[in-house]
Amino acid sequence: MNFFLQPLTLLTFFPLVGVLILFFIPREQKDTIRWIALIVSLITFGLSLWVLAMFNRADPNLQLVARYNWITVADWNIQYFLGVDGLSILLVLLTSFLTPISILSTWTAVEERVKDFMIFFLLLEIGMMGVFLAQDLFLFYIFWEFTLVPMYFLIGIWGGPRRIYAAIKFFLYTMAGSILMLLAILWLGINGGTFSVPDLLGADIDPATQMWLFLAFAAAFAIKVPMWPLHSWLPDAHVEAPTAGSVILAGVMLKLGTYGFLRFNIPLFPEASVQAAPWIALLATIGIIYGAAVSYAQGDVKKLVAYSSVSHLGFVMLGLFALNSQGVQGAILQMINHGLSTGALFLLVGMIYEQTHTRELNVYGGLWKITPVFGTIMLIAALSSMGLPGLNGFVGEFTILLGAFGSQAINNPWFAGVSALGVIMAAVYILFMFQKMFLGPQGEVVEEAEHHGRGLRDLNWREIAIMVPILILIFWIGLYPRPFFELMAPAVDQLVGSISGVAIR
Amino acid sequence: MSQTDFITVWPLTFLVIWSCALLLVDLAIPKDRKGLTALLAALGLALTLSFTLMQIGQAETGFSGMVVLDGFSIFVNGLLLVSGLLGIALAYGYVKRMGLERGEYYTLLLFSVTGMMLMAQAADLIIVFLALELLSIPLYVLAAFARPRAESEEAGLKYFLLGAFATGFVVYGTALVFGATGSTNLMTIVQRAAPGSPNLLLLSIGAALILVGFGFKVAAVPFHMWTPDVYQGAPSAVTAFMSSGAKIAGFAALLRVFATAFPSIAVDMTAILWALAALTMILGNVIAIAQSNIKRLLAYSSIAHAGYILMAFVPYGNPDVAPVSIAAGLFYLVAYAITNFGAWGVVIALEKSEGRGLEIGDYAGLARKHPVLAAAMTVFMLSLIGLPPTLGLVGKIYLFRAVIDGGFYGLAIIGVLTSLISAYYYLRVVVVMYMRDGEPETERESFLDFTTIATAVATVVISLVPQFLFAWAYSATLGL
Repeated sequence: MNFFLQPLTLLTFFPLVGVLILFFIPREQKDTIRWIALIVSLITFGLSLWVLAMFNRADPNLQLVARYNWITVADWNIQYFLGVDGLSILLVLLTSFLTPISILSTWTAVEERVKDFMIFFLLLEIGMMGVFLAQDLFLFYIFWEFTLVPMYFLIGIWGGPRRIYAAIKFFLYTMAGSILMLLAILWLGINGGTFSVPDLLGADIDPATQMWLFLAFAAAFAIKVPMWPLHSWLPDAHVEAPTAGSVILAGVMLKLGTYGFLRFNIPLFPEASVQAAPWIALLATIGIIYGAAVSYAQGDVKKLVAYSSVSHLGFVMLGLFALNSQGVQGAILQMINHGLSTGALFLLVGMIYEQTHTRELNVYGGLWKITPVFGTIMLIAALSSMGLPGLNGFVGEFTILLGAFGSQAINNPWFAGVSALGVIMAAVYILFMFQKMFLGPQGEVVEEAEHHGRGLRDLNWREIAIMVPILILIFWIGLYPRPFFELMAPAVDQLVGSISGVAIR
Repeated sequence: MSQTDFITVWPLTFLVIWSCALLLVDLAIPKDRKGLTALLAALGLALTLSFTLMQIGQAETGFSGMVVLDGFSIFVNGLLLVSGLLGIALAYGYVKRMGLERGEYYTLLLFSVTGMMLMAQAADLIIVFLALELLSIPLYVLAAFARPRAESEEAGLKYFLLGAFATGFVVYGTALVFGATGSTNLMTIVQRAAPGSPNLLLLSIGAALILVGFGFKVAAVPFHMWTPDVYQGAPSAVTAFMSSGAKIAGFAALLRVFATAFPSIAVDMTAILWALAALTMILGNVIAIAQSNIKRLLAYSSIAHAGYILMAFVPYGNPDVAPVSIAAGLFYLVAYAITNFGAWGVVIALEKSEGRGLEIGDYAGLARKHPVLAAAMTVFMLSLIGLPPTLGLVGKIYLFRAVIDGGFYGLAIIGVLTSLISAYYYLRVVVVMYMRDGEPETERESFLDFTTIATAVATVVISLVPQFLFAWAYSATLGL
């Protein structure tokens, strides 16, 4: 088949079409630029649905593979190798789903340098999509590092007051981890004779080396997740980033880290994974509790949501390293859930910020009466984030806790037990936030807005249109998660099966 | 002189004759039309380049084994000639604008290129010395070309004094090597220096002294002191050429001399090279953080990159790794040369007379005013850091691979950590261009614009389809 007509190649690089068109649009025509970016990202979403339609749920292996030799000189053996399976299909969909939503959310929020913004945003989508689809370590690394560049610009140019600091911190922090991974990738590529992941599976690497390689990969991914205690870049980046940037950062980019563990660490280094599982579980549990506690202490709404990510991603890590089917399935679903609910929260916070220009919890209050639609949607997003049964968060967290509780690899039910406290703590900080903003006496912001003669308005149609697709998914996953589990189950079972073989040996 | 002798060096001979002729022709070109000299010089380089490319696949030695023609020398010569062309393209408008337009500029540049090419083909330490002088002396003059500007004169003098000192080391090292083996020919040296033969200590000292001499030329720490001052003081177009060309030639000579003549003392040399590479990477990158002048920043960056390329040398004594190591070094030289010329192109576009427009702060607002120039500079900065999608990343991966192949994990870790440090100061340039407001003034000249954009495009495109360059670097093996 023609190189560019491979479904996955098309899906990955389609946003580039938008970038090329945007180059030739004069920068003054902001609306044209916005529409082009939106339409291109919607077509990309359509392409991902097309990929989903072709996806065979029963097959646990890589599908729709696009594989070509890329650099094959001497003993270099690097391939252009894209593929999708049950582990990545949902994340691919999440990426292409959140991108148009984020672009739509910038309609009025981004007025400066719209052209540059959209170009960086579409480039970012290419990078993220590539990470989820690349099955060759070299190709993966290129996409992985590439995501840093547009995100760096998004934070640094369109961010808040401390944007430059946050952008550089984000960049250096994440790069610090990934360069160690680069060395491990080279070691694997040289000693394994190939960079393609499926060919490297089952390579016989002695346990000590395996542990080093595991740690080098883990350094990159743990920073990205971020796992406690490597999370300190996250609040800065999330808070300073523009709303659309925060949505993508929390919704997709953090999953690059957890996905990395799932795709590379666990299958490539099964013995080291089993060995490391209790330690990762420990860090994950600390992260869950710590993230929740720190969230509660925040006076800034965006920071509160940012820290809640540390807690939620702790659940994902706990589920992954339960190394059993329930844990891993729950973890994958929770990656999607977090993308939806935290994405929704960042969007909502961004919408109110656009009107009030403050995120201080103290000055809010009593918004429910003035903006009921906003309040209702916020309530649903908040309840989804804290894991209310019937909404998506509950399904993920519950499955993870079940998995972690019965996990042979972690082999200690206490981690699951303590983590369960995190669910309760989530209820505390989320409800605290909601109460401060929407209930009680009217806060200063209301007067302030009236003082300026316009008052606070409720969500407009564009903003509701942004939220509705997310809300539909929140309810869908909460009430009927089976189709989602079915997509990933065969691949997860195959992965878990290969690990349990190792554990017995 | 037999026919084979002539075949080995005929592109070089052609360039020498062309340069001498140009010196005479230049006399007839009126003062205000020196652009013609530049075009003639470029034509000479282009012709030589085509002759060099015609030699692909040949392997000969000539002049009783004094010079050699092999895949390695063809690769390096090709790169040097392209560097010469880029050097002229950058200089064309710059010298006019800065009031430096004199015909000698281009002839000196050509002579320097001939020296560099001879260096790549040298198979005898005497020829190495000869080539070193031939490439250096024109560069000394070029560095001082902006006289009577004190900085430029200082740069020329400093470069000359330290360069002469460095040459002294090379000569003394050559003498000791001759004392130890009775020969200056690389092939004979390796035969007489088999493990267990007497005088190995003397040979090691000689080799180390040669390394010191070249350490000066390629600006490796601790022999780098001249670099920032000379790079800053010399006219920017000269610095651009010098920082790429002299480095390529210096490393080519080091690779050939060490890989051919000194494998038997690899154990001692490896330790020294290891330390040299580590020191150069660390010091170059750390000091660069403190720079606020873009020329000094690029000077320290150039030092740091010498360190990365030196990494490729470390495993040179291991016969399994040596081919990878040489290919990696060559590949990185290409990546560095392209990126470096591009970055200097942007510097030249923003430089104004009297050395203004060279502070990093002067780049504020470039992204709004000249998005293409800012985007190009971003590509170069990313490439120097080693981030995708640029040639710098592919080159660095190749280098690290050679180091890991050789089993020097510690050095690889130092390499990646210093890359991280470098990200900080390269990104600062990007921050200023994109995230601060300002009204930068730039010079737009067609040659300069073309060079900058072409190098930026090459940096990205070659990184996406590097197969041919990989293959070429890999086949550019030493013929001896």
